[in-house]
Amino acid sequence: MYPSDYRYTKEHEWIKVSGNTGTIGITDYAQHELGDVVFVELPAVGAKITTGDVFGTVESVKAVSEIYAPVSGEVIEANAALSGAPETVNSDPHGAAWLIKIKLANPAEVTSLMGAAAYQAFVSEKEASA
Amino acid sequence: MTDRIKKAGRHVSQNEGLIFEQSAPGKRGVEFPPLDVPAIDARTALGTAYARESVAGFPEVSEIEVMRHFTRLSTWNYAIDLGMYPLGSCTMKYNPRVNEFVARLEGIATEHPYQPQELSQGCLKILKLLLDCLAEITGMDTGTLEPAAGAQGELTGLLLIRAYLEDTQGGPRKKVLIPDSAHGTNPATAVIAGYEVENVPSDEHGQIDIARLKEIVTGDVAAMMVTNPSTLGVFEQNIAEAAEVLHAHGALLYMDGANMNALAGVARPGDFGVDVMHLNLHKTFSTPHGGGGPGAGPVMVKKILEPYLPVPVLDEKDGHLALDHHKRKSIGRVRAFGGNFGVLVRALAYTLAYGPGIRQATEDAVLNANYIRKKLEDVYDMPFNSPSMHEVVFSDARQKKNGVSTMDIAKRLIDYGFHPYTTAFPLIVPGAMMIEPTESESRQECDLFVEAMRAIAEEAATTPDLVKTAPHNTRVSRLDEVAAARKPVLRWKPKAHSS
Amino acid sequence: MRYLPKSTAERRDMLAAIGARSIESLFASIPEKFRLKEPLRLPAAMSEQEIIDYFRARAAENSGGYTSFLGAGVYNHLRSVVTDSLIQRGEFLTSYTPYQAEISQGTLQAIFEFQTLMCELTGMEVANASMWDGSTATTEAVLMAERLTGRHRVVVARSLHPEYRQVLDTYTRNLGVHIHEIGFTSSGQADIARLEAAIDKETAAVVVQSPNFFGVLEQIPHLAELAHAKGALLVVAITEGVSLGAVRPPAEADIVAMETQSFGLAPSYGGPYAGVIATRDKFVRQMPGRLAGETVDSNGRRGYVLTLATREQHIRREKATSNICTNQALCALAVTIHLCLLGKEGLKELAAQNLAKARFALDLLESIPGVRRAFSGPFFNEFAVQFPRSVKLVNRDLLREKIIGPLPLGSSYADLTKRALFCVTETTSRAEIERMAAAVREILSKPV
Repeated sequence: MYPSDYRYTKEHEWIKVSGNTGTIGITDYAQHELGDVVFVELPAVGAKITTGDVFGTVESVKAVSEIYAPVSGEVIEANAALSGAPETVNSDPHGAAWLIKIKLANPAEVTSLMGAAAYQAFVSEKEASA
Repeated sequence: MTDRIKKAGRHVSQNEGLIFEQSAPGKRGVEFPPLDVPAIDARTALGTAYARESVAGFPEVSEIEVMRHFTRLSTWNYAIDLGMYPLGSCTMKYNPRVNEFVARLEGIATEHPYQPQELSQGCLKILKLLLDCLAEITGMDTGTLEPAAGAQGELTGLLLIRAYLEDTQGGPRKKVLIPDSAHGTNPATAVIAGYEVENVPSDEHGQIDIARLKEIVTGDVAAMMVTNPSTLGVFEQNIAEAAEVLHAHGALLYMDGANMNALAGVARPGDFGVDVMHLNLHKTFSTPHGGGGPGAGPVMVKKILEPYLPVPVLDEKDGHLALDHHKRKSIGRVRAFGGNFGVLVRALAYTLAYGPGIRQATEDAVLNANYIRKKLEDVYDMPFNSPSMHEVVFSDARQKKNGVSTMDIAKRLIDYGFHPYTTAFPLIVPGAMMIEPTESESRQECDLFVEAMRAIAEEAATTPDLVKTAPHNTRVSRLDEVAAARKPVLRWKPKAHSS
Repeated sequence: MRYLPKSTAERRDMLAAIGARSIESLFASIPEKFRLKEPLRLPAAMSEQEIIDYFRARAAENSGGYTSFLGAGVYNHLRSVVTDSLIQRGEFLTSYTPYQAEISQGTLQAIFEFQTLMCELTGMEVANASMWDGSTATTEAVLMAERLTGRHRVVVARSLHPEYRQVLDTYTRNLGVHIHEIGFTSSGQADIARLEAAIDKETAAVVVQSPNFFGVLEQIPHLAELAHAKGALLVVAITEGVSLGAVRPPAEADIVAMETQSFGLAPSYGGPYAGVIATRDKFVRQMPGRLAGETVDSNGRRGYVLTLATREQHIRREKATSNICTNQALCALAVTIHLCLLGKEGLKELAAQNLAKARFALDLLESIPGVRRAFSGPFFNEFAVQFPRSVKLVNRDLLREKIIGPLPLGSSYADLTKRALFCVTETTSRAEIERMAAAVREILSKPV
């Protein structure tokens, strides 16, 4: 379910690192909780994001979910396709519905995030208590 | 199953397109008296840079078409005039027609806000009497009738607190405390008033947690906004103590009067420590909701806040009433032209109809809510067991086990001939079902509602799909809100619209 | 009590069903010391006839029998019986906000039609379901421009309605918004040179009214160019909607904030009216207020819902675009019906009548020695004149002739003493205009 080469946050974002670049999205659990996504708001290219700060929002009809930066960095690309097809966040949250790509400020930051197994356990616990 | 639906039956409703789709060049629905001065060409009068030929997309239809169009549309609505509207927190009560009649009188509807005050004494007397009545009902000292709606009342109230703190304590302070059960307007308003919002969790009974309050009230806190009775329909037992805690730290207590329908004639916020509050005249005071407004949100205050009230302020001078537009310490103006006068007229007509007997309305509202609670508490879950006042909050916890949510039950109520109750609010109750019958419902109507709710509880257990796909008897079935939000279509366009 | 549908026996039975001993016991959760022991000191309950008598008596103490030349943001226009009887249908009058779309299609479709009419009138792409009035709509438009630009300076023309400017000031004072006011020239239009100098890289919005408070039309395309050149937005306030039947819409603006009172709503001593915000599609996510949108139901049938609600306070709470909840729905419905009745031709004729009457009145006034127009710019149905003496003195004498005279501009503009703002609409007859002009001539012919 959760790709093993991604890292995860407790706020349900994922990040995939390749070299100095991080690709960020929200998890399948997050999209499921939110329901049908109708709108995605993303930062402009060049914006600086800081670990733990809100950098965008994902909206359903009756809820707004803020997206927190898993690590710090500078936005080098935002997924423009999502404005015309926000439903991709529901259908392919770990792939086509990536939100932004950033240039990592400190690649070492990523190691403090959860791995796939740890995140799976975290989510299972949440589901059990719901 | 359908024989259980006693209140509603099938009937034919007319189909009707958009008014624009009926337009044909040359038709019109209004004619004017002939022009009695020399006609003038707009291009000549204004110059070609400023003139316009006509409004391209306007419809061209006759009077009968307009009459039928809007009459047909009206028949697609549910309304208080058709039956009970158990929307918790919204106080959908009967809107007496005499209120509409007097608001339209020649000499009331026709008056201009800038006409001389000596020719406005009738209007000013209406404002004065309403203000006096509201002060008596709330136990406050005075107030302003200017705010256009509850949310603007909230803003006015917080700006008064701000001005008071700046004037007497040298600064506005930083934070406003808001319980997690509050209406969404409270936090939204606090931000516009320039305050940070600190959410205050309720205790296990859904009440203000005094011990917690004592910890968080510091010199940074300007005020706390409390709805009383709370959005759970429960009187805040500790309200006076909360006021003391706040006052001891120089902060003020704001009361959201959205639920004043539980108190009028029985208890007065001014007596239990409230410094400033707003009223929703389109709730407690019966002015019609009109599909979403207009309302009015008068703000009532204690003497200490009087110097800061928005202008114009109603004064008495030499036996005449006058509006004073220049008060040195006033927060200024929150709306042009003094407020929604026509709504204020209706609220006064309502108040005059009851007089001191308004207590009976409050008693009946509380009686109805408790009656419904008693008749439903064995089939629906009650997350908080505190005594109910004018509304009762259940949750869908039992029905959820069969996959039936509060929204499904609400939609199924439509098939039974009722408007849904309030769903998903207050936020502190997951799957909330918030029911406020108001005093306007007879025992028979309450019984029909109870029967409908019990029948739906049974359906949720035996035929959950029937509930989950409701409503079944409306003109349109559940609408695709997701598609509406993903690709918004917010206006009609002709087939080949250029812009 | 006639509004309460219960007999004493029914109340007793219901109490018994609850298991409560008395009605008082249902209020036991209110601490004893706060429960009222005495009846409220309110006027004694009135029957329907007594209520009518009370308000008739108040109405008689107002301005009945007077002819008025007041406008200044609130206008006397013809209203139709059709509109008023339709909005009094219980299904419109006594229905709630249309959150439950399946049983609110009437209100929702009417809002959708309102939004369409507002777009056509203003030349904008999207309009909301209403705001409280023109003054709060203008203020909300400025706050919207602030959010869109991330800037905090606002350049406001002094020819924007003084009360609108005061409301803007009340709202923005605590939000770190800096307001820079710009004067006007002898044309009555905003001083373009000063305005251009005042717009900088920190300017969120330029705010003008057109026709402005003096009745003069502003140069919208030019103002838009100046604002856009610095990345600021142009906000145009409109108080007299009927002007749009003859005047080019402010299509170059970014946000239009309009008062719709002129379209079938009674002056009613200040309200209720309905404001509206109209803007470009690309700004819709920052627009405050409700919006109705078209969609389909599960059978593919066309229908309408409230949409883009995540902007609003009941979902986004402290991060909402505005705190507005209740708006002016029934007023917006009246406006919709009124505009459908008027239609393309009716609105055009209505505007033409206003143009003609106002010019007729100005010509008569200007023929009086010592009276001249105060500004030279193009105007619709309001114009300012200069008297040789205080407007208040002239008005005092006009009142004796049962005429409510023009608005003295000096009360809001210290630099405009002796200037008076006249409004003449289709409701003012030629005879009334002539009687007023004759009275002014007579008054001015006598020494003070």
